[in-house]
Order: sequence, then C-alpha cells, then structure tokens
Amino acid sequence: MKKNWPLWEIFVRSKNGLEHRHFGSLHATDAEMALENARDVYTRRNEGVSIWVVESKYITASNPQENGELFEPAQDKIYRHPTFYELPDELKHM
Amino acid sequence: MSEAEIKNLEEIFESRIARDEKIEPKDWMPEKYRKTHIRQMSQHAHSEIIGMLPEGNWITRAPSLRRKVALLAKVQDEGGHGLYLYSACETLGISRDELFEQLHSGKAKYSSIFNYPTVTWADMGAIGWLVDGAAIINQVPLCNTSYGPYARAMVRVCKEESFHQRQGFEIMLKLCQGSPEQKEMAQDALNRWWWPSLMMLGPTDDKSVHTEQSMKWKLKRKTNDELRQQFIDQTVPQAEVLGITVPDPDLKWNEEKGQYDFGEIDWDEFWQVVKGHGPCNKERMTARVSAWEEGEWVRDAAMAYADKKDKKNVAKAS
Repeated sequence: MKKNWPLWEIFVRSKNGLEHRHFGSLHATDAEMALENARDVYTRRNEGVSIWVVESKYITASNPQENGELFEPAQDKIYRHPTFYELPDELKHM
Repeated sequence: MSEAEIKNLEEIFESRIARDEKIEPKDWMPEKYRKTHIRQMSQHAHSEIIGMLPEGNWITRAPSLRRKVALLAKVQDEGGHGLYLYSACETLGISRDELFEQLHSGKAKYSSIFNYPTVTWADMGAIGWLVDGAAIINQVPLCNTSYGPYARAMVRVCKEESFHQRQGFEIMLKLCQGSPEQKEMAQDALNRWWWPSLMMLGPTDDKSVHTEQSMKWKLKRKTNDELRQQFIDQTVPQAEVLGITVPDPDLKWNEEKGQYDFGEIDWDEFWQVVKGHGPCNKERMTARVSAWEEGEWVRDAAMAYADKKDKKNVAKAS
C-alpha cells in the first residue's frame, strides 16, 4: 500500500534568548529527515540556531468555536491587572 | 448545520474580515472562501515549482561561478517558496498529493509566463528583473491578506524575492555595459519578456472573474490593472538606466495622470498560453510529471526505510 510522507511542524529559535517559534510545516519520512529538510526550507539565510520538529498528528489544538468557554472566564477578572487598583496621585512609582 | 446557523456564521465571518482580523486554519469559513484560497495558493505554489524549470535550463551554462551560485540560490529559493505555499495550502484540508495531482492533470494552473522559452543568458537577467519584479508587485499586498498562513508565507517569500530581482537587474546591467552584441542580447530579452510580464499581472479588471470576490475577502488588495500600472511606472525608468528600449511604441509619460500610458496588450496570446498553447506548455508539464514519476521509487524507498527503523526501535524498546 502506498504511504505518503507524514507532515511535520517546524519550530525555529532565531537566536539564543528567544523562544522557538512556529515557522511552518513540511513533509518528511522521519524526524531526522524533517530536521534536514527544515534546515533547507526554513533557514537558508541564518534564520535560526535551533530547530524542533514535531509530527503534526501529535499536536492537540483548541477549537476556536469553543473560544467562549475557554477564554471568557478570564475576561471579567480585571483585578488580575495592575490598573484595577486605586492609588493616590502623590505615589509616583509603583 | 441549519441554513440560519450558516447564515449567522457567514455574517460573523464577514465582519471579522471587515475588521481586518486574520482567519486561521481551524476557524469556521465559508466553503467558497476555502475553495478560492486553495485555488489561488496552489496556483501560486505551482508557479514557483514550474518557475524553476526555465531557469534551471541555464544553471550549467552560467557565464561565471558568481552568476552560477546566485542562479542556483535563486532557483533553490523558488523551490522553498513552493514548499511554504504548499504547506500553507494544506492547512485548508487538501493533501500535498491532491495538489500535485491537480497540477499534473492540468486542472490547476500556474503562471503562464513560465511557458516561454529561455533562449539566451540575457533571459536570466530579464526574468529576474521583469518577472520577479512583477511577482513582487503582486505579492507585497498579499503579505496583508486575510488568511493567516498565506500572509505569513508571503512575508517570507517577499523578503527573499528582492535578491532575485537585483541579481536579474545586475545581469542586464553587465550586458548593457558590455559589447554591442551583449547589449543587443539584453534588448532582445526585454523585447521578448516585456509583454508576457505585463500579462502576468492578470486579465484587465473588466475581464477578471475573481477580482471582486477576492477584493472583498482581502485575498487581493489591489486590482490587476492597478498592479500593472504600478509595474510599468516602476520599470520604465529602470530600462532607461540600462539604456534599452521598452518595446511599446505607445508608451508615453502622461503628465496629467502622473503615470505612463501604454499600448494594447495582446490578450489573445495570453489566453492561448493559458489554454495550453504557449511555446513550452507541453515541455514544462512533461518535465514536471516525469520528475515526479521517476522520483516515486525514491519516495517509497525513503518511507520504507523510515518504517523499518521505526519497527526496530519499537522492538528494542519492548
């Protein structure tokens, strides 16, 4: 049976001190090939110092249609922000 | 979903686009939005892949090592651009194999400009200067398009394209500063690539069937005619720097409008090429399909090898 090359998600750290960021995806037979292909596809101009590859099927994503249930509970908790608190004007820095 | 529910979702969707919000792969979208994006993005990806062929023709015959490494890097970029765009397109739920199948069967189109032959070294100059120049004009507004993965891919593509245009212009410049024969070669390339480059920006607005909907979805930010005018206004002064003549007797600066007037484009030629009757349509498709078919055993072998390694690892672990 014909089997297609699986899809991989590519994350690149552009320099030390920064996080890995999602750059895109590509097809490869295994992790090693995914790394090599990612080097050629996404870092031809020194865009990175480190690459992560994750087979796409292992990523679980939240459903945007459920964004309400998922994120709304944070919306009315304004006391989590510093602007919620009243301070006297004469207090210059806090 | 009921019709009323779909209508409601459509309204929410349209208002998000109106607010310049980006649409991401898992968001609800109208079927037509999805289909239109698959069509445009895959057409774009196919153009990058087929676009490697006319230039690949000259890699082994580049006149110096400097020109050769630059051309090789440019062609490699085009392969990369094709890959960014294919993977962005796959986020809409179509597989890479289906996309290739559409290209190979002729169901999906690619830019008609790649159906012209590259007969002299000057064509490498003209392609970089004019074809990539027109492509940049087309692509810059797409960095802002409403579909997130497409916009992100385009940002990367645009960053890389400007080297392409410069390397082409430099080839033209060197030829124009060379012997009379070399300058003649540059002029000849401009003569052959000028009109196809103008056609590359698509049919005129009144003939373009997709423009209106694409503008509404911000899949397109400027109309074909606006892009074409921009390309002409920008390119004519560059031809003057080179000292060669744009092959259009009607080309004239219009002081009042602050732009160039230009002659009639031969749209019959454009449609002939789109329909498959250009000078190289068959050659391009044959090269592409045979590369795919002859590479099949390599793809299968690589997959079989990965499976075997996988099984070994599992066996070792247990």
